[in-house]
Amino acid sequence: MTAVLEVRDLKVRFATPDGEVSAVNGVSFDVNEGECVGIVGESGSGKSQLFMSVMGLLAKNGRTLGSAKYRGTELVGMPVKALNKIRGDKIAMIFQDSMTGLTPHLRIGKQMTEVLVQHKGMSEADARKRALEMLNLVRIPEAGRRLAQYPHELSGGMRQRIMIAMALLCEPELLIADEPTTALDVTVQAQILDLMADLKTVTKAAIVLITHDLGTVAGLCDKVQVMYGGRFMETGTVQEIFYKPAHPYTAGLLASMPRLTEERQEKLYAIPGQPPNLQRLPKACPFQERCTYVHDRCIDELPVLRQVGDANATLTGHTKACHLVSLQNPVSAPHAPSINVAADEARSA
Amino acid sequence: MLSYAVRRLLEAIPTLLVIVALSFFLMHSAPGGPFDSERVLPPEIEANLKAAYNLDKPVWQQFAIYLGNALQGDFGPSFTYKDFTVSELISTGFPVSLKLGLSAVTLAVIIGCTLGILAAMRQNTKTDYTVMGFAMVGITIPNFVMAPLLTLIFGIYLGLLPVAGLGDGSIRNLVLPVVALALPQIAIVSRLTRGGMVEVLRSNFVRTAHAKGLPEHLIITRHTLRAALLPVVSYLGPAIAGLVTGSVVIEQIFGLPGIGRYFVQGAINRDYTLVMGTVITYGSLIVLMNLLVDLVYGLMDPRVRYD
Repeated sequence: MTAVLEVRDLKVRFATPDGEVSAVNGVSFDVNEGECVGIVGESGSGKSQLFMSVMGLLAKNGRTLGSAKYRGTELVGMPVKALNKIRGDKIAMIFQDSMTGLTPHLRIGKQMTEVLVQHKGMSEADARKRALEMLNLVRIPEAGRRLAQYPHELSGGMRQRIMIAMALLCEPELLIADEPTTALDVTVQAQILDLMADLKTVTKAAIVLITHDLGTVAGLCDKVQVMYGGRFMETGTVQEIFYKPAHPYTAGLLASMPRLTEERQEKLYAIPGQPPNLQRLPKACPFQERCTYVHDRCIDELPVLRQVGDANATLTGHTKACHLVSLQNPVSAPHAPSINVAADEARSA
Repeated sequence: MLSYAVRRLLEAIPTLLVIVALSFFLMHSAPGGPFDSERVLPPEIEANLKAAYNLDKPVWQQFAIYLGNALQGDFGPSFTYKDFTVSELISTGFPVSLKLGLSAVTLAVIIGCTLGILAAMRQNTKTDYTVMGFAMVGITIPNFVMAPLLTLIFGIYLGLLPVAGLGDGSIRNLVLPVVALALPQIAIVSRLTRGGMVEVLRSNFVRTAHAKGLPEHLIITRHTLRAALLPVVSYLGPAIAGLVTGSVVIEQIFGLPGIGRYFVQGAINRDYTLVMGTVITYGSLIVLMNLLVDLVYGLMDPRVRYD
């Protein structure tokens, strides 16, 4: 398997008047050809900003450190002109907000054809034909009429389909979908997810699905990466994450999902506490303040990703960033790799 | 859209009637009259004058007479410019003011928008601060300071341009007054453009355009400008009405025969008919420009509906 996207120790920082915000704090992962990777995390976990930085779409006060390579080409720090040859063509992105994501004063047709004219050098007429094909592919009724319409004349679900069609125009190798169903109502959500599942087989694109909804991930993804406080807490296959969660945070997320099959409980479970303030992240484990199993080591040492089960194995498959041996045996694993924050601090002081 | 425009024009009639009535009664309730002067006129002459201009009748009757004449296109004789009717005064002065005002607006839109776009694209850089600093100066320096300064520098020290008057009517004579009239407008337009651009550049659809890999110039011209210039359009409507009806300061300083001075002189001299003439001219222009703004809005933003 060849990697389409290789990310190594990526960090995202925002300069604000109140100090620096650390949105992403060193994540490494690969997205391979044809693979579907789910990035799960609650609001403010850094999941969106991680991919905004890969696409060069950070707000002006944001900066990216580390490395993100598309087929060996470094994207971090790439001049915009060069980046514009890749984004929209090789890597495409669809956003959460379909209602405001399309330019209100341009017809759908123009917004679609301009991508093809730009990247493929197509004539307006050829581009229109291709746009029409794509609209049919994403199952938009009366596709021909839509090209002449403005975004406000279409429903939210329809607009999101158009965003997806627009992203797929150039047959990208990587499609980043940032919460594509969040702003839609439930039935439309289901339609869009069905569509994406179909498109996964039709197109050869690798897909990154950013979401806070574990249900979405379960239906579509091969791999899952759980993010918290700008770091990966746990990574693994969908089966591993759902049936054998190894990190207390993942277990908490799964427990807070409402289930139809279970008997009605008094109250829906919620992880206690608040997500961490990204301006003052804890030095060690970011989840320490909310974790039921927290112990001294979590406050002194930052756990790094390690193989679940056999701690000496290489970093493949199911990994977690936690000191615990396991959730069933919640004592500190003596050999769990970590960064000693207390010692680091003493040295720098 | 046509039926909307027609309806708006019909709606303008009552609006203008209210404006005319209000100004007429307000003006007549102000103390003093057109024939009050330091030299007291013999009572017989004053009575004759008043009778000639219908000033001896009750105000409501005067209003009815005025309105009746005005509806037939007769705006009466001027009280102070003897031997001239108000229509003559305005129709000779208005072309001068119109030419001046439209030139200033054109200049303001071209330069103001360019500067505003530049400032927004280089937000919080030296370019931005320079443009916004210039705009601040442009807004704060009053034209009765700016106009003599320009005359002094370009007319007298450098001797490049005529100091005043229309001369032979060539463009050279209009440069200084147009620039003096346009400078504050350039400042306002550039600030409005920058503000609109900064807001739209942050919007989600511009982010989508970036994600599509479009080059910067397309993102600005195709995806940003139309939405960003809406505030400029709203400002320009009434501003154009104001500019083409002349500026008393600019016309005085550069000795130009526009209609700007009639607004002030008419009011000071209690030249009732002249004041009414200027009010009707300005009022109609405002109504017309606001209608134009609304129509242009519809062209710029397809979400605007006329119903």
